[in-house]
Amino acid sequence: MTILLKGGRVVDPSRKVDGTGDLLIENGKIAGIGGGLQQTGKGRGKGVPPGMEILDLRGKIVVPGLIDMHTHLREPGFEYRETIASGSEAAVAGGFTSVACMPNTNPVNDNRSVTEFIRRKAAECGLANVYPIAAISLKSEGALLCEYWDLKDAGAIGFSDDGRPVMNAALMRRALEYASSLDMPVIAHCEDRNLSAGGMMHEGFVSTEIGLPGIPGIAEEVMVARDILLAEYTGAHLHIAHVSTAGAVRLIREAKARGVRITAETAPHYFTLTDEAVRTFDTATKVYPPLRGAEDRDAVREGLRDGTIDVIASDHAPHARTDKEVEFDFAASGITGLETSLALSLRLVEEGLLTLPELIEKMTVNAARILRIPKGTLADGADADITVIDPQREWTVDRGLFRSRGKNTPFHNWTLKGKAVLTIVGGEIRCRDC
Amino acid sequence: MKLNRKDILGIQELSVEEIDLILETADSFIEVSTREIKKVPTLRGKTVINLFYEASTRTRTSFEIAAKRLSADTINISASTSSVVKGETLIDTAKNLEAMNPDIIVIRHSAAGAPHMLAGILRQSIINAGDGAHEHPTQALLDMMTIRAKKGGIAGLKVAIVGDIAHSRVARSNIHGLTKMGAQVCVSGPATMIPRGIEKMGVVVHMRIEEAIRDADIIMMLRIQTEREKQNIFPSLREYAQYFSLNRKNIGFARKDVLIMHPGPINRGVEISPDLADGPHSIILDQVTNGVAVRMALLYLLTGGSN
Repeated sequence: MTILLKGGRVVDPSRKVDGTGDLLIENGKIAGIGGGLQQTGKGRGKGVPPGMEILDLRGKIVVPGLIDMHTHLREPGFEYRETIASGSEAAVAGGFTSVACMPNTNPVNDNRSVTEFIRRKAAECGLANVYPIAAISLKSEGALLCEYWDLKDAGAIGFSDDGRPVMNAALMRRALEYASSLDMPVIAHCEDRNLSAGGMMHEGFVSTEIGLPGIPGIAEEVMVARDILLAEYTGAHLHIAHVSTAGAVRLIREAKARGVRITAETAPHYFTLTDEAVRTFDTATKVYPPLRGAEDRDAVREGLRDGTIDVIASDHAPHARTDKEVEFDFAASGITGLETSLALSLRLVEEGLLTLPELIEKMTVNAARILRIPKGTLADGADADITVIDPQREWTVDRGLFRSRGKNTPFHNWTLKGKAVLTIVGGEIRCRDC
Repeated sequence: MKLNRKDILGIQELSVEEIDLILETADSFIEVSTREIKKVPTLRGKTVINLFYEASTRTRTSFEIAAKRLSADTINISASTSSVVKGETLIDTAKNLEAMNPDIIVIRHSAAGAPHMLAGILRQSIINAGDGAHEHPTQALLDMMTIRAKKGGIAGLKVAIVGDIAHSRVARSNIHGLTKMGAQVCVSGPATMIPRGIEKMGVVVHMRIEEAIRDADIIMMLRIQTEREKQNIFPSLREYAQYFSLNRKNIGFARKDVLIMHPGPINRGVEISPDLADGPHSIILDQVTNGVAVRMALLYLLTGGSN
């Protein structure tokens, strides 16, 4: 299929491109970028070939396909929350052409067969590119390494303890060392489980007032500090998942200044909401790490602005109604994010915190570089993964319309501006007018 | 004047006028419990369900007696485990109860916010009889009623609350209520028992009980839960009793006419010495007596009564 995207604002931070132009897609690849492509047929002297779809994208933004490097697709094991198919539908609906999925499934993605299963399922539904992240340790029990080489061969692109933080510093050291010899990142969920034990929300004035047990910011920060020291010592690439506190941002900023190989991500709820949202006891606001205080939210925003935080990832964590329609104490934690992530992130541009290219960089090429995947670019010959955004489109979040099985969002009924209207994966339109 | 709300979930959202209304109504109900025939027909034909997911003697009995003295029918449901452990969700349990058309559901639950969840779903009035470490509004109301009765008012009094503030719903509700009504409130306990930012609730924090109770008009002692020892909230009952109990020695820091309160159940010899608990300053049993009147007032006001 040949597609010509005409007249949009093309923003490709991987090559510092930002300007109005056309984009030609042929045979699943980017075949040209520039002005007036239909006349020249990308310099081949041809006219408009038969079967070419020409889309007028004036007023729209054309960017490399968005990458969400932190999602939970729940399959295998928790299909009642999400499947690879439903998660992929949610991804392309939200403008994401590639997602990386965390290993806390059942069974845990700690061996080749689970990684292969995920890739096969993803290929069967054929919507988004799905990149499995394997576990740091067998069954994520924090005791023994799994087979990193074998997992890499099977298609895993990183290792993470997401949801089951590694409390054993010696294991974390070995994981970093072992992964570094494969040139793969270790993605750390930084939480000291002794400090966070029993906690339901951020520990601060709101938890004091409403009497929910708190998770202090230091539960995150002591582990960020530990893992930075381990990364510094081993020289390995450490990626910090879902940064949520001011102290974590400061530690990462300082580590980067020292030259430590560290990257970091945060999620839209951490730069959008604070612990004040928990006052209603709405279980949709229950998430780990928890929604933090206003000073943390502001520090995360500053970390995005000054480049301390490289990536915005949704930490898409779908849950079923039965997981959430219970007392706050017993509710599962997590927020469904794939279908709101882009619009919430575009608010940062609207508010002047980031330029549009800076934002797109954090949602495309930066994640691609961290995961060493050949994505996040509109370079000639690259896979034609493209997201078209209508920046003016106002819409109201309706969880009932989510493609994801998870309807657990604290943003239900929010009016947001900006939406993916076209998602192209490998040259095929996977979501139109999403 | 009528109480213009469906539920009583906490003191935080009550206005001074509403608290006054409840306390005045409660004062008028005191007399019922002193009669030969301790029953009035006010709530005849109404049904009150006590849904208790946490152990309780005082509060549950008090609600039941309050309802019965107003001629309401009462049903007590005690779940020894949480709804989740039991297999039926709280929402399902509540919807089943709703289907039987009660008028008021009184709920106690270990999870903060559980009554708020029900209030948002059920058409019945919900009374929070204690939710986690969040609020225990009827306790604070009966405490305020007792203080008013003994001191003639609340404004201007110095109140010291001593103990595990962090895990206490009684402390939170009383801090909201007493500061609203114009009292000066301070809290004291080991730093492990003082939650972060509590000053922002309008209280002063003292690290030593002697400083907290200095010149106090009211001392409110909180129950120490022994299971907190395992969480390293305090090292031993022995040490706690030595440094944070109210006793003959330190009571001298307070005003001569100080009143001693405790929400119960008391750990004698831990947070309070037995002679003080039973002595002339103690109004602990007056609190219990007034608890019935306050709960009668709430049941009455929530079913549309006016003062």
